[in-house]
Amino acid sequence: MNHAEQKVEVEKTKFERIIETGKFKELMDQKKKFLVPCTVFFLLFYFALPIMTSYTKLLHQPAFGDINWAWIFAFAQFIMTWTLVTIYMKKSSKFDKLAADVTEEFVKKGESK
Amino acid sequence: MNTTVVILFLLIVASTLIITYFAAKRTRTANEFYTAGGGLTGWQNGLAIAGDYLSAASFLGIAGSIALTGFDGFFFSIGYLVAYLVVLFIVAEPLRNLGKYTLADMINARFDAKKVRGVAALSTITIVIFYMIAQLVGAGALIQLLFNIDYWLAVLIVGVMMTIYVLFGGMTATSWVQIIKAVLLMAATVVISFIVLSKFNFNIATMFTKMKTATPLGEDFLNPGVKYKNPLDTISLMTALVLGTAGLPHILMRFFTVKDAQTARSSVMWATWIVGIFYILTVFLGFGAAAFVGSEKIVEANEAGNMAAPLLAQVLGGDFLMSFVSAVAFATILAVVSGLVLSGASAFAHDIYGQIIKKGKITERQQVLAAKYASLGVAVLSILLALFAQNMNVAFLVSLAFCIAGSANLPVIVYTIFWKRFNTAGAISAMLSGLTSALVLVSISPSVFSPTEGAAIFVGNPIFPLTNPAIISVPLGFLGGYLGTVLSGKTDFVRYAEVKFRANTGYRDK
Repeated sequence: MNHAEQKVEVEKTKFERIIETGKFKELMDQKKKFLVPCTVFFLLFYFALPIMTSYTKLLHQPAFGDINWAWIFAFAQFIMTWTLVTIYMKKSSKFDKLAADVTEEFVKKGESK
Repeated sequence: MNTTVVILFLLIVASTLIITYFAAKRTRTANEFYTAGGGLTGWQNGLAIAGDYLSAASFLGIAGSIALTGFDGFFFSIGYLVAYLVVLFIVAEPLRNLGKYTLADMINARFDAKKVRGVAALSTITIVIFYMIAQLVGAGALIQLLFNIDYWLAVLIVGVMMTIYVLFGGMTATSWVQIIKAVLLMAATVVISFIVLSKFNFNIATMFTKMKTATPLGEDFLNPGVKYKNPLDTISLMTALVLGTAGLPHILMRFFTVKDAQTARSSVMWATWIVGIFYILTVFLGFGAAAFVGSEKIVEANEAGNMAAPLLAQVLGGDFLMSFVSAVAFATILAVVSGLVLSGASAFAHDIYGQIIKKGKITERQQVLAAKYASLGVAVLSILLALFAQNMNVAFLVSLAFCIAGSANLPVIVYTIFWKRFNTAGAISAMLSGLTSALVLVSISPSVFSPTEGAAIFVGNPIFPLTNPAIISVPLGFLGGYLGTVLSGKTDFVRYAEVKFRANTGYRDK
């Protein structure tokens, strides 16, 4: 019981206060909205290749001439990587702006000392 | 050994020594020694990452694998590239924002516990040693073949060169050796691929059609399943490749050489393009070698296929191109081992000596001296180990390094950044469970025990069926971190608030 009471009394630190501001929460939200689905997607896309080549022969079918689907899917992994990197580079400038705003707020309040 | 190869070889040695000479003048402080002063630009660091990452195993190993096993050899190329998405999305920016010289710095931004730092240093050193032995043994064997000199002499040459770069030029020399190597490697690969493609009338469809009949494998050459027949083993290997990169100490260290998270991000972008283009081109190297050198000749030169690319160069461009490719392979090895020495030294000198033994109370001069002694120590130890490990299977050492990196380092990185409850006990148990499970599982795997004599280190039946244990050991690393945290129950939310803020904004006290 004693412990719980003590916790309530302790004043919040500057870092605890800043991460509870709307701006910071928005930054985390936006990052999460982009990074979580992208990470899930690329891991699924990636592991689909060895899973399909190991357990099925679906990718052995020819796609273009003598190039079969395994190669197409393999090359698609490269395209997927470059595309996600490019999208992230664009998205991240938004994150940077938000992050800069939060930091500015933090410094303005004199919390940086 | 012909004159061209000697001249090219000496050119590389001379130019890297000149770089080291100028770099030495700029290597006075610990910060300059470990991070080149943190002043690299995005494209410079991107090239350096590529130079640090694309080892002889990538250049010679994958070309040989594709030449001998077709599609299955290409699996490595895919895994090694997609891994950069993990680096970009999860690791690079927080690492830059929280760390200073080492991975342990970053984890300690949250915990400030000697034990955590010690275990992080231990895992770094373990990975570096396995990776280093693999590189040096591979280098020795390769240079022995390329230049026709004794194994011990080959190891010694590479060893002495890497020691000079790191000892005198620190991260500045290492980075520029890596940048130059990346440019040379790309040039060699593009030229060979271009000639290969020209032989197929610049028609990729024709190339595939011809490959159907060009090798003893026939149509199977273009299908998956020639080399990897055990589904779980394939998936486990792919797990190690995609998750391991983000935990490799020498790659992580590269993110401290740039000034902020934005530059760290753009260096990953550059690296992804360079590394990706390179790995796409491994198809041409492999197909070309299979078609124009032939698997019989490739295996005759080296059983693992490591000579496929140099032999292909000889067929396509005669002695000159072969000499160029051999020199590039030499530069490739130098760049990778230098990066490894530096990251090993940082764990010894900065983490163990500077922070744990001296508790951070250490002068600038002492830090630099410690870093140099540690570099020398790491270099000598690796050379000695490599001399005794001549007959070790290199591929298994590399995959073990990736596996430990993914099992011991990645879980702790992810938890440190994202998990509010994570604590000191969790950090230690995450790293130790990942590290020990990877080591134990590999030591009872088919890579170590084989019923046929000579196929592995010991004769006997493997207890664990998979050659790469990542599919078990990575989850064990995460599980260890979870259980350690939940069972010990202590949590510092205040510190986490600070880490969360700093990791996401790059804020640093002035």
